[in-house]
Amino acid sequence: MVPILEVKNINKQYANHVALKDVSLIVEPQKIFGLLGPNGAGKTSLIRIINQITGPDSGEVFFNGEKLAPKHVDFIGYLPEERGLYKKMSVGEQVMYLAQLKGLKKADAKAKLQQWFKKFEIETWWDKKIEELSKGMQQKVQFIVTVLHEPKLLILDEPFSGFDPINAQLIKNEILELRDKGATIIFSTHNMGSVEELCDNIALINKAEKLLDGSVKEIRKTYKSNTFNISFKGNLMGFTNALWAGAELLDKKSEDDVHHVTVKMLRQNKPNDLFQAVINNAEILSFNEVVPSMNDIFISVVENKTTVNTQSSFTE
Amino acid sequence: MNKLLLIIQREYFSRVKKKSFLLMTILGPLLMAGLMIVPVWLAMREKTEHQILVLDHSGLFIDKIPNTKQIKFTYGAESIQTAKAKLKDGPFDLIMEIKGDAINDAKTTPVLYYKKQPGISTEEYITNQMENILFDYRLQGDSIDITKIDNARRPVEILTLKVTEEGKDEKTNTEINMAIGFGCAIAIYFMIFLYGSQVMRGVIEEKTNRIVEVIVSSVKPFQLMLGKIIGVALVGLTQFILWIVLTLIISTTVNSILFKDQLADTAKHNSQMEKVMQNDLAAKVDKMEKINSSSEVIDLFNNVKNINITKVLLCFAFYFLFGYLLYAALFAAVGSAVDSEADTQQFILPVTIPLIASFIIAQTIVTDPDSSMAQFFSIFPLTSPIVMMVRLPFDVPVWELALSMLTLVLGFLFFTWVAGKIYRTGILMYGKKTTWKEMGKWLFYKG
Repeated sequence: MVPILEVKNINKQYANHVALKDVSLIVEPQKIFGLLGPNGAGKTSLIRIINQITGPDSGEVFFNGEKLAPKHVDFIGYLPEERGLYKKMSVGEQVMYLAQLKGLKKADAKAKLQQWFKKFEIETWWDKKIEELSKGMQQKVQFIVTVLHEPKLLILDEPFSGFDPINAQLIKNEILELRDKGATIIFSTHNMGSVEELCDNIALINKAEKLLDGSVKEIRKTYKSNTFNISFKGNLMGFTNALWAGAELLDKKSEDDVHHVTVKMLRQNKPNDLFQAVINNAEILSFNEVVPSMNDIFISVVENKTTVNTQSSFTE
Repeated sequence: MNKLLLIIQREYFSRVKKKSFLLMTILGPLLMAGLMIVPVWLAMREKTEHQILVLDHSGLFIDKIPNTKQIKFTYGAESIQTAKAKLKDGPFDLIMEIKGDAINDAKTTPVLYYKKQPGISTEEYITNQMENILFDYRLQGDSIDITKIDNARRPVEILTLKVTEEGKDEKTNTEINMAIGFGCAIAIYFMIFLYGSQVMRGVIEEKTNRIVEVIVSSVKPFQLMLGKIIGVALVGLTQFILWIVLTLIISTTVNSILFKDQLADTAKHNSQMEKVMQNDLAAKVDKMEKINSSSEVIDLFNNVKNINITKVLLCFAFYFLFGYLLYAALFAAVGSAVDSEADTQQFILPVTIPLIASFIIAQTIVTDPDSSMAQFFSIFPLTSPIVMMVRLPFDVPVWELALSMLTLVLGFLFFTWVAGKIYRTGILMYGKKTTWKEMGKWLFYKG
């Protein structure tokens, strides 16, 4: 399948810092792609290059197999992190204007706009000025502006900031619906929870370089560290002794006679070996593998650690 | 191209629909019309009619002071006491008493009694007329021929004639040339300032609203800048035309309604007033002037015609357009580099300095329109729109005009390119204050 977007060896340098260093990406169609990275990593620079707001110093971008050209802007929808609308302009006029700038015909734009207004139940806002709306309401209008022209590629930079949980859910559902209808979404965020929930694939950028990419499932699998959470009834002392040299106890927590422990398998030991070792000393209530969260992976990769710290395992 | 048109449309209509635009468009002509009408109106108010009773004990002035439309003289011989009674219940509102020895004794001044203070012009008219009569009387007393004095005192007027290519003489008038040149220069100066800063405010608005990144994901930053500049130019043009049309409509209707037939009288009176204002001897050449004055108006028209009004208008349009475009691009660049209007000071100064300087230079140039300084600044693109307009009515050589226009167009292209570079980077910079050094670096960023 032709990738909807292919970024090849992009370099971008500003006066005194490197924004992007040999970054390559492939975004498959009809997937949600997470672009992750700490502040100042180069995400916005990359997004601006894809949107043709700036150009790369070297490297190439392909949209749907074609070299990126001005005509492609009409197929891309962009919700920048620094976003806003004309405060003094009425909602209807303004959205019509921005839709036409994206190449929509006036009549088309109007018809589509009315559909969206109906969907979001905001028909009465047409003649209101943006400054009369609340921040959350403005964000809704802004979202409509981004998706109105039915872009093939939707680039959302921190889309949920400014939304209350209810509206965030509404937008989340819209994003999934758009994906199901055929759109591809690039999703830049710090919110790792939403990454796990929404993204099929991710790329992690830090200090201008891509450190990691692949499917969320695969990545989480690779970062597994053969660690397990076990809850049991019985003697904790006996349990620890039984672990012996086959596993290492990382964490423990007790409620009355129920104990919760985190255990890391040493060498190539299998969970079954552990079972055998402890089965006589404890009544096992639950036994499950610790899969690192994207948050853990993010932190460890950015901080350049070799292993994933699973401190947050109990909250998993 | 289509997108540029959309931007221009939005920039235009969002401004034209504003209440402040409507207000300025209506207030402007009202002010202008006011400036044109009020003086006329005031002048008319001055002309209340006066009935003056002259008690001339010297006998010299009886029946000699000419009546005007507003000032009527009646001569009487009664005592001042009985005359004063007449002041109370009319018909006279002024009484002038001239003592018998007024002719020889300078200290014996005539006394003017009034119920209501007469205007200065009335008083001045009376003194002037009396001075004239006394002057003639004294000359006659010394048996000097008045006509000889008149001949000796003839005023000199220089007739400036331009010898054209074809060897014909053409009448020119330095004052009119100056007025036309300066008028155009002032118009350009104010329009650049007024609409240039509107462009700047528009850019800052888009930046502070954070809409700019949304827009530049659809259009090129340069298109956005250009669209704004052109849109505002059209707003300016609309306002300019509306001002002219409205001013004409208001002033003509008000004139015709309020003043009607009095208008003609006022004009007549004004010319009379002028003559009155002139001192002593000037009144002597009254007759001469009367003959001249009718042809003066025709001369004026001839002078204007000789300046080649089409050439001036075409040049005005050219310098206005390109001057505005050049400066508007610079204003846009300044707007893009700052976060709020309060921060513009640092960058706006270098943009406004050449503009203000050219206005000051223009004033010195009038005295010597062909000096090398005048030549330089009328060709240098940042000053030429204003300086050249001042020089233009003084017949600038064709090659200089062509060079000036060429450099202005090149300057426009260059500064728009520079501004576009700064704009492109500046609009996406938030938070930190921009320095000159950084702005310099922006010029060399790639696409």
